[in-house]
Amino acid sequence: MSTNIAAQMNSVLAALVLLTAFGLLVQRRVYGLLHLFAWQGLFLSISTAVVGFVSSQHHLYISSVLTLALKVIVLPYILHTLIIRLKIHKEVETVVNVPATMLIGIALVIFSYHLTAPIRDLSTLVTKSTIAVALATVMLGLLMMITRRHAVTQIIGFLAMENGLFFAATSATYGMPLVVELGVALDILIAAFIFGIFFFHIRETFDSLDVEQMAMLKEED
Amino acid sequence: MNIIYPAAVEVLQFLILLFAAPVFVGWVRMLKCWFQGRTSAGLLQPHRDIMKLFYKDVVLAENASWIFRFTPYLVFGATAVAGGVIPILSVGLPLSATADIIALVALFTISRFFTALAGLDIGTAFGGMGSSREKTIASLAEPAMLMAIFTVSLVSQSTSLSQMVNVIAHGEFVLRPSLAFALLAFVLITLAETGRIPVDNPATHLELTMIHEAMILEYSGRHLALIEWAGMMKLFLFTALGIASFFPWGIAAAGDIAFLPVTTVLLLFKLILAGIGLVLIETGLAKMRLFRLTEFLGSAFLFATLGLLSYFILE
Repeated sequence: MSTNIAAQMNSVLAALVLLTAFGLLVQRRVYGLLHLFAWQGLFLSISTAVVGFVSSQHHLYISSVLTLALKVIVLPYILHTLIIRLKIHKEVETVVNVPATMLIGIALVIFSYHLTAPIRDLSTLVTKSTIAVALATVMLGLLMMITRRHAVTQIIGFLAMENGLFFAATSATYGMPLVVELGVALDILIAAFIFGIFFFHIRETFDSLDVEQMAMLKEED
Repeated sequence: MNIIYPAAVEVLQFLILLFAAPVFVGWVRMLKCWFQGRTSAGLLQPHRDIMKLFYKDVVLAENASWIFRFTPYLVFGATAVAGGVIPILSVGLPLSATADIIALVALFTISRFFTALAGLDIGTAFGGMGSSREKTIASLAEPAMLMAIFTVSLVSQSTSLSQMVNVIAHGEFVLRPSLAFALLAFVLITLAETGRIPVDNPATHLELTMIHEAMILEYSGRHLALIEWAGMMKLFLFTALGIASFFPWGIAAAGDIAFLPVTTVLLLFKLILAGIGLVLIETGLAKMRLFRLTEFLGSAFLFATLGLLSYFILE
């Protein structure tokens, strides 16, 4: 596998990550979101392995395996269990104005392209072209957190943002040091547990996972 | 020789278009029947339907204007010209220089525009409803279609179809995410433009859902035959356009007569596969609500734009 083919494969994988990010933005069903999130993790993991191969940075293989284990298997499994326990697996969220959200998403992609242009010009790495996609994935995750009202979908948006950050690290500097990556992985895992506990509390207090309800915390005056 | 040969291929391509289009539709219907556990009417049934319609008399409404009588010929003519421009068998055909891909989209749009006018012309409620729906879909599908095409044009640095085929088929093979996105968008647009299942149901006359059928409800006899035939050709041509833009391997180079048999066999193979793909989509999906179509075509636009962007970002 020559560097050229690997770079092309990495581009394709970056495109797939971007596609799943858009899919997350507009998917209505909770299960569909979970599947898309797992796919995004898988593409990310393969991409990390490819970059590790090209740059012969072998610690990236460990990151790749870690991503595979955590973001494709463990996190979706935890969220899946949560969704079953909370009995929201059949819920269909109302997503307001899908075409408008998509257009905003496209604008964000263009924005990230322009924002990362200086880095791209300076960088000499094979992965320099995917930085824009990584930043766009972060922004799309953020957009998802803003537009969605359901607590679970907001968490998936948050995790997608983390995916984007990880991708950005891989494409900008061939990954973070292994210690940092292990720390982040542990953080994410613990965050997932804490989210789970929060979900139950939110539901107990408000009888719903709709975060709009939290606006009613204010006392009437 | 150098003048006769391209013209001969052009004529051959026209003949293939005219006769293979109903067979392709027959193949799609046949597969669909098998998928649904029914007995099919055979590959040649669309041919027989068209022949039967040509023998029948035309019944014209009293208030039908020239637009109504003129439209079937215009639709058939525009579609046939489009068939001369798309490189189905070989690149560098005499007619391919007359229109690039943007003009090709315009050709399809002209026939669409006149079909909508004819639907309104008679003044029945169904015709007007069908025209209104058709225009809604057209206004959403057209930008997505152009974006998808621009992506392919960017990759090949040209809007001429022959040039696109040359660059993609004979250039160096590169994995291109932009083309994958454009293909995805193109498939969605093809479903919308040719009135296939998530958008329109080609097999029903149910008044609540029909779009294309509603516009041509008043046609009969040879007029209906021409419009139906043009519709079949449109499906064939969109498939051929998809093949030429995204899977052009096997389309003969200009003047390469010895390669034509291989091209024909490959074309047959690709069409069979395209039919299977189409039927899988149609059997797997239910018809979409009309108001959800903005999302469907919005995602086609999204894919096409992502293709365009990933050309700049990733390639």
